[in-house]
Amino acid sequence: MLETLQALAEPSRFQIVELLRGGPRPVGDMVEKLGLRQPQVSKHLRVLSEAGLVDVRVDAQRRIYGLRAAPLRELEQWIERYRRIWEGNFQRLDAVLEELKTKEKKGGSKKRKSAD
Amino acid sequence: MEAKSERAPIKKNSGTLKVTTPSDREVAMTRVFDASRRLVFKAWTTPELMKRWLYGPDEWRLAVCEFDMRVGGKVRFEWRNPEGKSMGLSGVCREAVAPERLVFTEVWDEDWTGGETLVTMVFAEDAGKTTVTQTVLYSSQAARDGALKTGMEHGAAMSYDRLAELLTSMA
Repeated sequence: MLETLQALAEPSRFQIVELLRGGPRPVGDMVEKLGLRQPQVSKHLRVLSEAGLVDVRVDAQRRIYGLRAAPLRELEQWIERYRRIWEGNFQRLDAVLEELKTKEKKGGSKKRKSAD
Repeated sequence: MEAKSERAPIKKNSGTLKVTTPSDREVAMTRVFDASRRLVFKAWTTPELMKRWLYGPDEWRLAVCEFDMRVGGKVRFEWRNPEGKSMGLSGVCREAVAPERLVFTEVWDEDWTGGETLVTMVFAEDAGKTTVTQTVLYSSQAARDGALKTGMEHGAAMSYDRLAELLTSMA
């Protein structure tokens, strides 16, 4: 997991992953799209491949890279846990607000000094 | 306590949490609440009310909540779990304009955000609903991404909204 995050934390690698969303691509094509030199792109692809984020298939003399879903799924599940914390917090806040609204309606325009 | 027929007063459609990364060093979280901003601001700044909803992960509950809304005032939050462990953060209030805007610094006791962060909260009301935008500014991009790695910082853990998009497109 940490490996996935480290691999994604580098901007060019993140861009490569985003580029591969559209489907597998040959290296030459990515070099052109990213405006990076071929050795740089190859280096990034090596890191992504070691992290299990991409795999490669050789077609004639071209190397075609594609995304692997497994590590991203794992990351998604992990992020989801934190999203749920806030979703939960905000649902409780919704309930607190409903209560405050009801209290105000009942209290009418009477102003009451609370001890906060 | 309420009548059973009054189930689900919470409108699902007001509750979509949106997370974005406005810049390399920021994470912003937006949520719409079905109440006036005066009430939302109150629920967000009154310790007794905050303790009722601002939980941590799993069994962690907000145990200490101090929010001195004066410039230079002290901010202190501490969550505890059933085993008695605690995790907390301290900060200083920089700006407080009730019920519109709050700016304060934050640093976790175990500094997993790579230094102090600056939190800006904006409460905007429209037609009886209030949009709350909470923006966390990290000391650097590395700090923001580092916070994501340790996974404890609230906003950062969800900062990869583009990743979520990516996952959707891969499904």
